[in-house]
Amino acid sequence: MGWADPKGMRSRMSAAADDIRADAGQPVIEVRDVTVRFGGVLALDGVSFDIRAGAILGLIGPNGAGKTTLFNCLSRLYTPSSGDIRLLGRTILRQPAHKMAGMGIGRTFQNVASFHNLTVRDNVRVGAHSASRSNVASDALRLPSARRSEREIDRAAQELIDWLELGEVADRLVAGLPFGWQKRVELARAMAAKPKLLLLDEPAGGLNHDEVQELGGLILKVRDEGDVTVLLVEHHMGLVMSVSDRVVVLNFGRKIAEGTPEEMQKHPEVISAYLGGGDE
Amino acid sequence: MSTSEGKMSDLGSSAPWPAGAAARPKVGARTIFFGLLLLVAVTLPFISKNFFIFQTTVVMVYAIAILGLNLLIGVNGQFSLGHGAFYALGAYTAAILMETFGLHYAWTLPIAAALCFVAGFLFGLPALRLEGVYLALATFALAVTTPQLLKLSPFEGFTGGVQGIVITKPGAPFGLPLNSDQWLYFLTLAIGLLLYWLVHNIVHSRTGRAFMAIRDNPIAASSMGVNTSLYKATAFGVSAMITGVAGSLGAIVIQFVAPDSFTFALSVQLLVGLVIGGVGWLPGALIGAVFVVFIPNVAEEISKGLAGACYGVLLILVIYLAPQGADGVIRAAVDRFKRLL
Repeated sequence: MGWADPKGMRSRMSAAADDIRADAGQPVIEVRDVTVRFGGVLALDGVSFDIRAGAILGLIGPNGAGKTTLFNCLSRLYTPSSGDIRLLGRTILRQPAHKMAGMGIGRTFQNVASFHNLTVRDNVRVGAHSASRSNVASDALRLPSARRSEREIDRAAQELIDWLELGEVADRLVAGLPFGWQKRVELARAMAAKPKLLLLDEPAGGLNHDEVQELGGLILKVRDEGDVTVLLVEHHMGLVMSVSDRVVVLNFGRKIAEGTPEEMQKHPEVISAYLGGGDE
Repeated sequence: MSTSEGKMSDLGSSAPWPAGAAARPKVGARTIFFGLLLLVAVTLPFISKNFFIFQTTVVMVYAIAILGLNLLIGVNGQFSLGHGAFYALGAYTAAILMETFGLHYAWTLPIAAALCFVAGFLFGLPALRLEGVYLALATFALAVTTPQLLKLSPFEGFTGGVQGIVITKPGAPFGLPLNSDQWLYFLTLAIGLLLYWLVHNIVHSRTGRAFMAIRDNPIAASSMGVNTSLYKATAFGVSAMITGVAGSLGAIVIQFVAPDSFTFALSVQLLVGLVIGGVGWLPGALIGAVFVVFIPNVAEEISKGLAGACYGVLLILVIYLAPQGADGVIRAAVDRFKRLL
């Protein structure tokens, strides 16, 4: 396990994170006693935590700990058996999955889920779907309202492309891009909806050492400049420990610890969960 | 994250689905080409025989029907083996409104369009639960059922049962110096261009990108805020509407509708035209329609007794030579031409 802190990343983030902490009041997301049962299996057992505005929360745990289940609850693919999830004080559990983007929860996918046969620019434009309005009739007839909305989408997409340095591939199909680039496109696509909370599902998967370093920088950049709160579900310890403000550790569906990355690295239960054995 | 420029230059050929036109390079040559094509289309009825004008009109009717199918399959990724049913609905709507209710043919087109949109949308709703081959089966069932329904005796007063309905051929309005064939040619051309414009606009809009996003990755599309159920049903509705208008025009042009013109074979013909033209490439509809209308005649000229077999061989030959349809051939030709320059 790479517990080591990749050089430079931590120091780069601290300054900006401190600014945000100063005015961080209300938590962006509140997870309250979330329990998920699949038949007889208890996938999540009364998990609670908050994420404060502008923070990056790392969610870690061994395989089968319930990270993905929790992630899917937050993106409304699963509904908890009990408990509540509130975004800025409002429960999200009564809305369907496709309303999450509009409510302010954006996400990326494990192993990338791009729209392969669209260009990078069109991927980002689809990302702006929830932040814009039109219907099939206004689009077919190119009514002024649709044209206005299209211009706004174009401008937002161009800004994101410039911001995340996707300019040189902007008009290429995503299908032919290297994996690392596709992740960047997914990030731009998620940010196009102007989310308040960004969910990242194992973004380091499939990347080499240098690419993980670059990804860490990218996550910090998005948080610092994009005015967004981040939940990072990740296996890669180096990445989690270097970019997270706080870390929540799950094991067998329960939260076993929460604290700063430094605290978690010394926490006996966390260490035993990762090294096997322990009290379970 | 490093980029490899070399790998990216052949993106087009690596895509299993053709992308929207946004992905292809913008060429001024394209505007010139389509301008010339339009010029040929406008002069053609004045220099050819009536029967050829009629055949070309039928080609345009098929092209419109294939355009509708392309929006569903190529753009939205939903499969249909039953678009002949929507074509039939459009055709019968026009025929019944004209012959039973004495409505002017121009009014039958918007009515058929609205009816087919509703029918397509409603069929699209239960179809939401079906994916891939299962959707193909459900639409197949629709195609098989339609001719039977048209023959049912309770509806015979309207549909004419097995006999079908004969339609009076409309002449040119406003005293235009055109004969009936020429007029219907221009009417079909105008409506075809209008529908092409509408579909083109949809594909290059927020709605069209939502359609394509669903085709490429429905879960990711939903996470981006796309209401996948609504958009899939909408795609079905618009697609059925366009194919239905083609049916209405076909009925008016051919002056006859009968149940056996709208069998499963029609749905397959539309699908053949779609694949030959290039799935997802809108102008391909015209090329596919030319194939569907003229190649059976060519096959018959090669051998009267073995026309079906000849058609089959020609079809296999075309698919072998152009596995991505006309789209792939034209793309390769344009690439080669550019490299020469």
